[in-house]
Amino acid sequence: MKYTLRIYRKKRSSDERYWQDFIYESTDENETVANALTKIDVKWECSCMQEKCGACAMIINNTPSLACGYKLSRCKNGICKLEPLRKFPVVCDLIVDRSILHENLKTMKIWLRQDADFEKDKDSLYRELAYESSECIQCGLCLEVCPNFYLGGDFFGASTVPLTLRLLSESDRENFIENAKLYVKHEFEGCGKSFACKAICPRHIDTERMMVKLNRVAVWKRRK
Amino acid sequence: MKSVNIIGAGISGLCAAIELARKNIASNLISSMPSERAQSVLAEGGINAVLDTMGEHDSLEEHFSDTMKGGVYLEDPVAVRDLVSSAPDIVHTLSSLGVPFHTQDGKIIQRNFGGQKKKRTAYAKSSTGKMIMTALIDQVRMYESEGLVRRYPHHVLSRLDVRNGALISVTVNDLWSSKSICFSGPCILCTGGLNGLFSPNTTGTVLNTGNAAAIAFSSGVIFSNLEFIQFHPTTVEISGKRMLISEAARGEGARLFTYIDGKKSYFMEEKYPELGNLMPRDVISREMALLEREKHISKFYLDTSVIKEHVWDEKLSDMRKEIISHLNLDPAKNPIPVSPGIHYFMGGLRVDNNHETNIKGLFAAGEAACKYHGANRLGGNSMLGAFYGGMVAGRNAAKQASNVKIKEGTYEDECLENSLGSDELSKILFSGLKIIRDEETMLRCLGKIDDLITSYTPDSIDRKRALLGYAFLESALSRKESRGSHYRLDYPHPHDDFRKRSCAFIEKGKVKITFEDLEVHT
Repeated sequence: MKYTLRIYRKKRSSDERYWQDFIYESTDENETVANALTKIDVKWECSCMQEKCGACAMIINNTPSLACGYKLSRCKNGICKLEPLRKFPVVCDLIVDRSILHENLKTMKIWLRQDADFEKDKDSLYRELAYESSECIQCGLCLEVCPNFYLGGDFFGASTVPLTLRLLSESDRENFIENAKLYVKHEFEGCGKSFACKAICPRHIDTERMMVKLNRVAVWKRRK
Repeated sequence: MKSVNIIGAGISGLCAAIELARKNIASNLISSMPSERAQSVLAEGGINAVLDTMGEHDSLEEHFSDTMKGGVYLEDPVAVRDLVSSAPDIVHTLSSLGVPFHTQDGKIIQRNFGGQKKKRTAYAKSSTGKMIMTALIDQVRMYESEGLVRRYPHHVLSRLDVRNGALISVTVNDLWSSKSICFSGPCILCTGGLNGLFSPNTTGTVLNTGNAAAIAFSSGVIFSNLEFIQFHPTTVEISGKRMLISEAARGEGARLFTYIDGKKSYFMEEKYPELGNLMPRDVISREMALLEREKHISKFYLDTSVIKEHVWDEKLSDMRKEIISHLNLDPAKNPIPVSPGIHYFMGGLRVDNNHETNIKGLFAAGEAACKYHGANRLGGNSMLGAFYGGMVAGRNAAKQASNVKIKEGTYEDECLENSLGSDELSKILFSGLKIIRDEETMLRCLGKIDDLITSYTPDSIDRKRALLGYAFLESALSRKESRGSHYRLDYPHPHDDFRKRSCAFIEKGKVKITFEDLEVHT
């Protein structure tokens, strides 16, 4: 099957953008966009090739996706339109600068201030939550689809929610006070509750459920 | 402030940075991508440590002897003793950092893993590596905020400046611009396995190009045991790579089978009744390769029918989702077609018990280094070795920490990508270094690599990669025995004369191989 990989390119950050078509012949019905990209000369980021690292996030046929989880056979009429994520500055071709993801986690002071104590913790619900929240791969797809997130704003979007919940599930109340305040300022207050983040997450992280848990403690001051 | 440079930000790189920060020594943490993209996030099954929570009277002595036996006695026993003794503390440290290990009644539960008779592998479902990485990244973020860790993402090693056997500086290139940065002072290489030399036939990430190792090799670093490449028996081909079906499935009871003369055969259970499907990986992969060679069997399956629904949910849910997504097959209802694939490199930069290479001031840890796994690594010992090695390397590099001088410059070729190098080299190496090897094939491949080397311009990264590839084949040719993952048809048995570590290095522009005693530098 012949595919047209239609790629929105930009050779340097200062250059003009342009569309370029590459004709690509695939013989494997399970072939992913990521594998096709390894065969042509464009710049993009990839690492695990199995939806576990978030490197290859891009817009595929108008849908923010991981290229390694998107099969070519999904492309209608053989057209595969590839663009870099729009919420982040373009470095080159399909590579964007997602350093804001890490900067925001630093601003949110996402680190444990005490030893976690799972071995004594009998509440398996919180272990499950810690597990699910640790799955976040920082790909940035949740920010791409968020109607409220923009670069440089006070609202940090869903990408800081799972790791904030990880802290909550592993900390006592006293050690979570500062994180709770930061959560209210940078997550709760700016969120319009569309939860597009939940629908797009390639790791199927339930950000809505996580925010409910966080709101209970950080906003409504209840016990966790 | 005194600093150390670390290249690579997976488990071993992060552990080295944490160890240094705890000593109030800063690190420049350099990586081609952020830690979330490192290969460590793919590690699945778990981490070995004698916690003895399963009522089986497990002991450090048994962890030691299983590791030595699994590696066919090619490890440095002193180093392995230190490793296994540190393991329980390491798992408790990880637990205190918030890794959600599977627990019951307040105790960490452990599962069976290959080559071990006792349940010794602590786990978090089948995403243990990801859970450990998240905890370590969070911890390092705290040190970043304190200025003790300075990250340089999207940078790759371009040069090691070595004079009189000592490291003077490392130069890294920014993949996003034409800037380069030269850092003086000691450096720890945590650059992972050598997947890029065998692409796309490995289960690892394409990020591990092997370029840093190739630069190190050409700069005079000795590499050990390159001939030992682990083929994991249960992998599947997916688009662009091989995907691992974790040993955890067999730990929970899954059984390997094939059809011999039309009859279903659980070949591992029949030949090895004691450990069966949980024999070390080298043994299983070799059995499969021999069946293919002798009986022309090419289809093998993992029978998962014995795994109960609640076990899939509680312990293997990620694995099940992944198999459904990539193979369109529910492993809880159908056997999984599997075959061996390259999974781990036991060989790498030769390091002493301080994790320092033969170049003073240059350290290595994790899969990049050759230390704990002999001729075949046991499942569950990889993350343990990476954590412990990173810690030891950090501790010893700290003693040489200096006021790092940073010099910025530019480099010429617009890089903007982490070069995967030539497909040709990977093809040659993969055809010469399969599970079953013979002299004739390896010599033919060596000749082809020699041609490649002469065709490349001196000092090019392609030439350096080809030289390292040459060292792989020359190491395998020089080891005239079979041991662990190195199986030769012309020398099918282990030989005591070769219970030694192979050392590959460059002398006067040529690759040389020697063998040294295992405890030569303790």
